[in-house]
Amino acid sequence: MLPTLGLLLACQLIGEVTVRGIGLSIPGPVLGLALLIVILRLRPALAGDLRPTISVILANLSLLFVPAGVGVIGNLDVLSEDWFALLVVLVLSTLLAMLASVGTFIAVRRLTEGPAK
Amino acid sequence: MTGVANLWSYLSTTPLLWLTATILAYLAADAIARRLHNHPLANPVILSVLIIAPVLWVTKTEYATYFEGAQFIHFLLGPATIALALPLWDNRETIRTSVAPILLALVAGSVTAAGSAILLAQAFGLSTDVILSLAPKSTTAPVALGISEAVGGLPALTAVLVILTGIIGAVIVTPLMTVLRIKDWRARGFSVGLASHGIGTARAFQVNPTAGAYAGIAMALNALLTSLIVPVLVRWLI
Repeated sequence: MLPTLGLLLACQLIGEVTVRGIGLSIPGPVLGLALLIVILRLRPALAGDLRPTISVILANLSLLFVPAGVGVIGNLDVLSEDWFALLVVLVLSTLLAMLASVGTFIAVRRLTEGPAK
Repeated sequence: MTGVANLWSYLSTTPLLWLTATILAYLAADAIARRLHNHPLANPVILSVLIIAPVLWVTKTEYATYFEGAQFIHFLLGPATIALALPLWDNRETIRTSVAPILLALVAGSVTAAGSAILLAQAFGLSTDVILSLAPKSTTAPVALGISEAVGGLPALTAVLVILTGIIGAVIVTPLMTVLRIKDWRARGFSVGLASHGIGTARAFQVNPTAGAYAGIAMALNALLTSLIVPVLVRWLI
């Protein structure tokens, strides 16, 4: 567990330092993710060592959003009198984004891979 | 009574209380969600918030005090993002065969997510600073806040809109895909990760590991693309 956490944190640290150092507009953890993929490519055997800890983290990903979610309750007043319009916009826009991406994904997959399996 | 008061004044100044409360609330929420067979509406994030918020209200605890304890969990969002490298690595063969669907679905979804938010908000007559805060709502929170700040939105409002978007997507994805009869876990996961970032990805992992991996890909790629396209869309549309 500890070596895995150490590696994840080190990747994040390198990601954050690089992003800030060069002034990139991508988030530090996303660069850290790319770095870990490069590391896995160089040392494929590492995947087995990382799996137990990472499985626990990803299976409980929802937990990590709870502090921010609680913050939403305390900050609902920033939605002010626009709350209903904002909620409708969020629902419709989220729906449209999912339809656009799932539709494109399925259509392109059919063109490139042939009919659905 | 003074004993209780002393105990409370101790507990309310240490991170221990709210850190423990957050984990216990999540465990209870997760148990409820499982008992309801992970029904879309029984979202563990919503349930946890519904457990904690009344406790904070009754004890008159400020969010800042709560966050002193909860920040240790919040901090793990960074390492968890990097942890997504493993499912991506595990799925590298299927990803290699679906590069074209991934890239085109990314562009279509990303432009739709930000563009439809801007256009719908304009149709509803919302003010410009609200629209600017809304545009990056489908990306993961730290990225969305950065984009919002860069284009002149209100980061505090963006934070609320991002979390709500995550929850909305996590709740509607399963019914939507069932109605559309889409059974491809890659497509299902990709769309919810794109539209609803980490909360959608958490939902996808709850349902299917392949969906989770594709949701993670979509979330990471959309964070990159949205930070490039929102400034452009804002210039065109506003």
